[in-house]
Amino acid sequence: MTTAPVKEEMHEDLAADGSQDELLEIALGPHHPSTHGVFRMDVVLDGERVVKLKPVFGYLHRNHEKIAESASYLASMPYTDRLDYICSLTNNWAYALAVEKLAGLQVPERAEYIRVITAELTRLVNHTATIGFLTQEMGASGTPLMYAFREREKILDLFESLTGSRMMCNYMRFGGCRVELPSGWLEQTKKIVEEFPRFLDEYEQLLTGNEIFMARAQGVGVLERDLAINAGVTGPMLRASGVNYDVRKVDKYGIYDRFDFKIPLGEHGDVYDRYMVRMLEMRESLKILNQALRDLPQGPIMDPKAKIRGFRPKPGEAYGRIEAPKGELGFYLISDGSPNPYRYRVRPPSLINLTVLEDMCRGYSVADTIVIFGTVDIVLGEVDR
Amino acid sequence: MLEEIKVRLETSVPGCDPEIILNSSPSGQHSMLLDAAHAVAAATFLRDDAELRLDYCSNVTGVDWLETEHSHGYLEAVYHLYSMERKHGPVVLRLRTENRTDKVHLPSLTPVWRSAEFQEREIYDLYGIIFDGHPDLRRILMWDEFEDHPMRKDYVEPNDYEYEPTAHDEVLTKAKQHAEQQPQ
Repeated sequence: MTTAPVKEEMHEDLAADGSQDELLEIALGPHHPSTHGVFRMDVVLDGERVVKLKPVFGYLHRNHEKIAESASYLASMPYTDRLDYICSLTNNWAYALAVEKLAGLQVPERAEYIRVITAELTRLVNHTATIGFLTQEMGASGTPLMYAFREREKILDLFESLTGSRMMCNYMRFGGCRVELPSGWLEQTKKIVEEFPRFLDEYEQLLTGNEIFMARAQGVGVLERDLAINAGVTGPMLRASGVNYDVRKVDKYGIYDRFDFKIPLGEHGDVYDRYMVRMLEMRESLKILNQALRDLPQGPIMDPKAKIRGFRPKPGEAYGRIEAPKGELGFYLISDGSPNPYRYRVRPPSLINLTVLEDMCRGYSVADTIVIFGTVDIVLGEVDR
Repeated sequence: MLEEIKVRLETSVPGCDPEIILNSSPSGQHSMLLDAAHAVAAATFLRDDAELRLDYCSNVTGVDWLETEHSHGYLEAVYHLYSMERKHGPVVLRLRTENRTDKVHLPSLTPVWRSAEFQEREIYDLYGIIFDGHPDLRRILMWDEFEDHPMRKDYVEPNDYEYEPTAHDEVLTKAKQHAEQQPQ
């Protein structure tokens, strides 16, 4: 942590207190091993307690939205991989969904099932990484993290054999998927999905009843229900505060209404609830995966009427959203009839979830701040675009 | 559904005159244009009304419409609203500024939906719409000393070219011009 002073405005309104010379201003980041990327938090500390916290980001701003205005619709697809660079397939699906809404394209059955399979595998990839890093931030120097990454690597190998790349998959197209499943992929996936619950049990045995984990996680960083709804928080953070809102169940995009799965909800909205919601979501994802792998039909993976080259949707606009592992990921597109979008907007879940970071961290120590920040689960590629 | 909302808004918020803007794409997401004076009252009504309960503002987008022969240019803020309680939506609101040059003020809907806080800051940063009533309106993605608003359609990058020692052809001539212009 550096001790670079923050700007004057930070403690102008603390001057009346008279105790301002006991307060310490610190910039946590942007070079910091626990800030999940180039992210800075200007904190004002009273001893170890956080009094004020302002998140500062924009270090990874790559003007993705402006580039999309001068590129065609399809040319933006590889850029969407790099938004939330851990979960590239769900980013692709969200963008493809928005364009399909804009142009009125239909997706064949097999492609829908493949999309669900890859999206739920991506959810496993993301949640293992998040929980692994959470334990790392609590001080378990890397061992549970590496156990989680061991499982994650198996799924990334699946992605590599399917799409050619572990993380920047660029797999969805408007009207279907890019390439057919290679031979042997289904059997490999089924094997991994069968073995995954045993890993989750092993992990939970280490963490869920662990005294140290519970002491550091329970009651820390509580987010109230009403604040969560008003601040637009989505994803596991929202459901840990007890709000039953999952875009898969509300919008029923794709073919999610055919699968039988539950939505885990938390009661207290603290770090422990967010961890448990993610663990339970992984189990529900395995349920969906089992059903999807069982029911996968034969058929084409691409809408035969979809035009790949010279794609010009009619003028209009569309907002398409999915339940990405981090929250609600939405794309808002305005078309003016030309091959490039007039306005291309990404609704980033990580950015909106950061709105309540100050509210959750006030009054807790610096160590707790890092843990709370870890459960917000941000990726700077998405926050800054 | 938008027609019903329009009628109820006209009765509940006196003076409010929303205009429905149709969307010609197959998505069917039509939007409602609100005037700046009644925007906050209309937003509060939409959030608190017992039937609508639009308590979740999902997305706030800035759009830059250049001057055409039909209209003078304006900047626009588009709000996508959903209801977490009733599980319906989206209801799309639009707020337009008067022009793109000097009258770029819009009321901030952050007091109604806190999720608009960072998104309105981003629109101020990248488009230049000034939101009155926003608790903390400053740049969010660009650095504080940055000038101009990058996402506008007529944005030109500043010519802060740096001398390149191995330049050649047009890059070399341009660099030579800069080396002459700037006092070293």
